[in-house]
Amino acid sequence: MRFKLPFAIFIVLAILLAVGLRRDPKLLPSALIDKPAPAIDLPLLHDPQQRLKVEGLRGQVWLLNVWASWCAPCRDELPVLMELAGKDGVVLYGLNYKDKSDAARTWLQRWGNPYRGSAVDSDGRVGIDYGVYGVPETFVIDGTGRIRYKHAGPISADIWRERLLPVVRSLQ
Amino acid sequence: MIPEIGVFSLVLALLVAVVQGSLPLAGAHWGVAGWIRLARPAAFGQFIFAAIALACLAWSFLDNDFSVLYVASNSHADLPAAYRFAAVWGGHEGSMLLWLCLLSAWTVAVALFSRQLPEAYVARVLAVMGWLSVGFLLFLLFLSNPFTRLMPPALQGRDLNPLLQDPGMVVHPPVLYMGYVGFSVAFAFAIAALLSGELNAAWARWSRPWTVAAWVFLTLGILMGSAWAYYVLGWGGWWFWDPVENASFMPWLVGTALIHSLAVTEQRGAFRSWTVLLAICTFSLSLLGTFLVRSGVLTSVHAFAVDPGRGLFILAFMVAVVGGSLLLFGWRAPRIGLGGRFGLLSRESLLLSNNVVLTVAAMSVLIGTLYPLALDVLSGQKISVGPPYFEAVFVPIMVPAIFLMGVGPIARWKHAPLPELARRLRWALAASCVAALLLPFTLPAGQRGWPAMSTFALLLAAWAVASAVAHAWQRLRGAPGGWLERARRQPSGWYGMLFAHAGIGVFIFGATMANSFESRQELRLNLGEQVALAGFEFRFEGIAPASGPNYDAQRATVQVTRHGQAVATLHPEKRVYRAQQMPLSQAAIDVGLTRDLFVALGEPAGDAAWTMRLHVKPFMAWIWAGCLLMAFGGLLAATDRRYRLGMAARKTRAIGATAALRPQEGA
Repeated sequence: MRFKLPFAIFIVLAILLAVGLRRDPKLLPSALIDKPAPAIDLPLLHDPQQRLKVEGLRGQVWLLNVWASWCAPCRDELPVLMELAGKDGVVLYGLNYKDKSDAARTWLQRWGNPYRGSAVDSDGRVGIDYGVYGVPETFVIDGTGRIRYKHAGPISADIWRERLLPVVRSLQ
Repeated sequence: MIPEIGVFSLVLALLVAVVQGSLPLAGAHWGVAGWIRLARPAAFGQFIFAAIALACLAWSFLDNDFSVLYVASNSHADLPAAYRFAAVWGGHEGSMLLWLCLLSAWTVAVALFSRQLPEAYVARVLAVMGWLSVGFLLFLLFLSNPFTRLMPPALQGRDLNPLLQDPGMVVHPPVLYMGYVGFSVAFAFAIAALLSGELNAAWARWSRPWTVAAWVFLTLGILMGSAWAYYVLGWGGWWFWDPVENASFMPWLVGTALIHSLAVTEQRGAFRSWTVLLAICTFSLSLLGTFLVRSGVLTSVHAFAVDPGRGLFILAFMVAVVGGSLLLFGWRAPRIGLGGRFGLLSRESLLLSNNVVLTVAAMSVLIGTLYPLALDVLSGQKISVGPPYFEAVFVPIMVPAIFLMGVGPIARWKHAPLPELARRLRWALAASCVAALLLPFTLPAGQRGWPAMSTFALLLAAWAVASAVAHAWQRLRGAPGGWLERARRQPSGWYGMLFAHAGIGVFIFGATMANSFESRQELRLNLGEQVALAGFEFRFEGIAPASGPNYDAQRATVQVTRHGQAVATLHPEKRVYRAQQMPLSQAAIDVGLTRDLFVALGEPAGDAAWTMRLHVKPFMAWIWAGCLLMAFGGLLAATDRRYRLGMAARKTRAIGATAALRPQEGA
């Protein structure tokens, strides 16, 4: 019997790995889920006189998409955001993370601008409050100003349909 | 055309591998000599086709063939040729191909250097390795084909990850994989022995040099990966207990246990089933490492592209290989029987305890690595296990291992009386205590004073070296013909053991000093400003634009002086790689015998000021030196001449007689 023990242990391990394989590794831990969204008070990219504030968006469900002109995957998700956010009527704001505003404006001009507005977080301070792990990341914030969902990595059409949109609809 | 040749040779390699896996195995079982003889030519054929495939991929990279998807995703026309070549293993598909090529290279090496072994046994070994190749070839052809075309072709490649554009990355993956894959030889020898039912001292003798050779490669591979993390990631650390690092460390720990266990099985015929189990476990952990890195099941800075299909395949393959061999073990092991008997205190018992300690250490790493996954699967919680866990659990487990390492070589086989051990080791113990107590007075204390734990670690380091010296001294002195004559007659395996054990001591010393007494400072420096750190003055002399073949950089000049005397001029860089616009901080390091000076550039802070991170790491180079000593020791042991000479004559010799004639050899 004791010689069969290694096999038994291995089978338990294999089952664990098999189940683990089915979960989404992109789903990074966020300590902020269901917590009030950290305050933002930042100038907007295209109109620095205006500022983006979390309190100002109370009462509606909105998405905060962290992006930067130096981030290659951000370009991959732009067409998806352009097409789907507009079509499904989702409120989308950007957080332009650790970027130069000139480069960021040129970039949006060139590839398209899906955002109602992008807050300029040039030193990444707000990004730190939000626990940004890598760019792009997308947060779903509900009408009471709480973070309800976080997606790390670029958004594809599938991810939009299967993950983000259902969360947004369930909150609306 | 070239990529199609690559695919075609992979298909041919698969067909040959199926033959290599099946007919020789059947031939060995039913005694068909013609089928047995097929094993060697099949191994050669498979290697040639695998090598052609690798050459085709390398050609596509050097030729900038961006119609190949893998090339387009991992290369760029501006990339220097050496990195275009290294980009062959810069991504998932290519590293799997490299894995396969190295596996077939090891197979050929076994085919070449096993002439003195029984034919049927070699046929079984090559067949087992053939089945491993079949698994990897199927994976390459169906799930991760590196030759997939991209239509229409890309005009320009996406570039190799800038982190991998480093000389260390050209050699690190092949060396590390040589280690991983090399354990497949020990595995195949064990499975072949289980299949034939002849698990004896001869089997252990045959596998020893192969196992040690793989261990040497793995040691060097881990060393290179760690050195790369130290100077490229620029975080100032050298080991992060990252899942991918753990994945290479676990086979190293169990492989170390295996080397020692094989020595006992060879010399005394003892713990045979345990040794077989270790051989299976070592290779299983290598496969697990591949699975963890390649399936993306763990979130890690290293993890590569995630594709559930691939993860599932590797898992299924692992279940077949590991599960199958453990079943075989469970079925055959009860018949192996016990080896020679030994006393409660003897070299066998000491080696067995060391084995258990190393295995437990590997299990603690495994638990730390997989615990976040288990917790996520069971409760949906997401946590990460970091260095505090590993330092709290792993380090104390290793303490007895280091202590036993000094005692083991001196103890006699079968029965080692305690008074004798104490007498032979008292000077080593006294010397290491004195060294550990005196060292703090001769070395500069760090920013946090001199913690007691560091003194204890220094005691262990000194013990590792002193016990090796004491052992050498006692074995060489008072011999007829003088000690030089006697030294010349000692087997190189014995010297290998001394070097490797002393290397552990050197490593512990370096790691303790570098971790406990590091001075570091993160600060803003104006142009021309000077700051003092650990007795050195760092002066920010200037910053200027610079450019490389495929990046633009800001290159700073930092002058380091000590009491006004120039020590070094460092040039840390902040690079932006053009193709991906990815910024990368290239730290500058001045390596010295007693300290490393490390400067990394942060961000510009105003007009003429930058944030910088400065480190002074005492005895950092000793970490690498310790690893190199271990690898050198392994090299000496693997090339011991007794493995090359007269094996055929010796393999029939009784186990006990071997041990009686050579009471002190090896281990």
